[in-house]
Amino acid sequence: MKTLSLIAVVITGLLLLSAVHDFPDWADPESPASDYRLSQHYITQTFPETGVPNMVTAVLADYRGYDTMFETVVVFTAGIAIIGLLRRSPSSRNKDKGKATRTYKKKPDLIVDTTCRLLIPIIQIFALYVIAHGHHSPGGGFQGGVIFGASFILITLTRDLQAAQKWVPEKRILNLAGIGVLLYAGFGFACMLLGDNFLDYAILHKIMPATPTEARYHSMLGVEIGVAFTVTAIMFSIYSNLASNGEMKETL
Amino acid sequence: MEVFDAISAKFNYWIYIIIMMIGLYAMMSKNNLVKKLIGMSIFQTAIILFYVSIGVKEGATIPILYHEQVHPAHDSGHHGSDTEHAADEHVTAHATDLHIEPDQFTNPLPHVLMLTAIVVGVATLGLGLALTQKLYREFGSIEESEILESIKSAK
Repeated sequence: MKTLSLIAVVITGLLLLSAVHDFPDWADPESPASDYRLSQHYITQTFPETGVPNMVTAVLADYRGYDTMFETVVVFTAGIAIIGLLRRSPSSRNKDKGKATRTYKKKPDLIVDTTCRLLIPIIQIFALYVIAHGHHSPGGGFQGGVIFGASFILITLTRDLQAAQKWVPEKRILNLAGIGVLLYAGFGFACMLLGDNFLDYAILHKIMPATPTEARYHSMLGVEIGVAFTVTAIMFSIYSNLASNGEMKETL
Repeated sequence: MEVFDAISAKFNYWIYIIIMMIGLYAMMSKNNLVKKLIGMSIFQTAIILFYVSIGVKEGATIPILYHEQVHPAHDSGHHGSDTEHAADEHVTAHATDLHIEPDQFTNPLPHVLMLTAIVVGVATLGLGLALTQKLYREFGSIEESEILESIKSAK
């Protein structure tokens, strides 16, 4: 089996390498991907059209908003699927196998505990900064959401799952994840209700005190917050379910 | 030397193919399901490297406009609703004659695609690990051959 797969891998690799010749050179400004008018349009027209200096954010949340919405739905679905697969009540473990019950109780270490008490608020504020400042610097809903989720994972790691669940109980996780997707879709449907295409934010200037350009700018922040809600909730949910074997009682 | 030049001009593709094949080999040959998932992650990293390396341009910077391009004359009045409105109108008025050179910034599109791919990759990796954990609960093993064996013997 191993030799067979090695042969298959080598053949695939050689086929791919034989195609390398046709690719453009490294960092070639004339390469088709960079020379094509789509890329040029994004670079030159993003700021005049949306008022966002960070092109990545503008392309993510505005031009390719439909794609990003369903990426958020994928994250949401994966999180729900993990809960569906693993979640079980803690009582079922005892009849499953009694030997697995751990007896040790984790003592919170003074240095670790104090350091995390100091660090976690800073991590969370930084996460909010990354979300809110995604228009002007590298950042956005996905990145900020992951950082925010990581702060809860840090609480779980250094103390225990109960401590983290005080802030994000399971019910709140599901609510947050759903609210995030709905917030994103809500911006899309608001555009439709006002008579434009789905996620075509410019029309929202009718209900916002803003010009069409500013409406796109601010709507992008709105959908980024939606993405951040979902990603935060699902990141913590994935970790807590995997680490506690679906029981949400105690982690590794 | 000619061969070396041919490779070094396109070294990003060589690296991505090598990493991708390591991942593919791990996915195909490893018996342990967690190792298969590690292989999947390596494979995914290769795709991300491939996309991001396509977006690179010689002498270009990250696709975020310079502060001077956004706030050309003066950087005042970005606080408070009235002054902000006036400032933004000023920016929009300036934007029409704003000259942005496409060669100055890297291609933003691959960055966007990979940004979402990374997060979705984490979510799918989590799903894969959850499935592995579920299999371990059912069969008491994460070795593919042992799982197949116990499915066969159960029939």
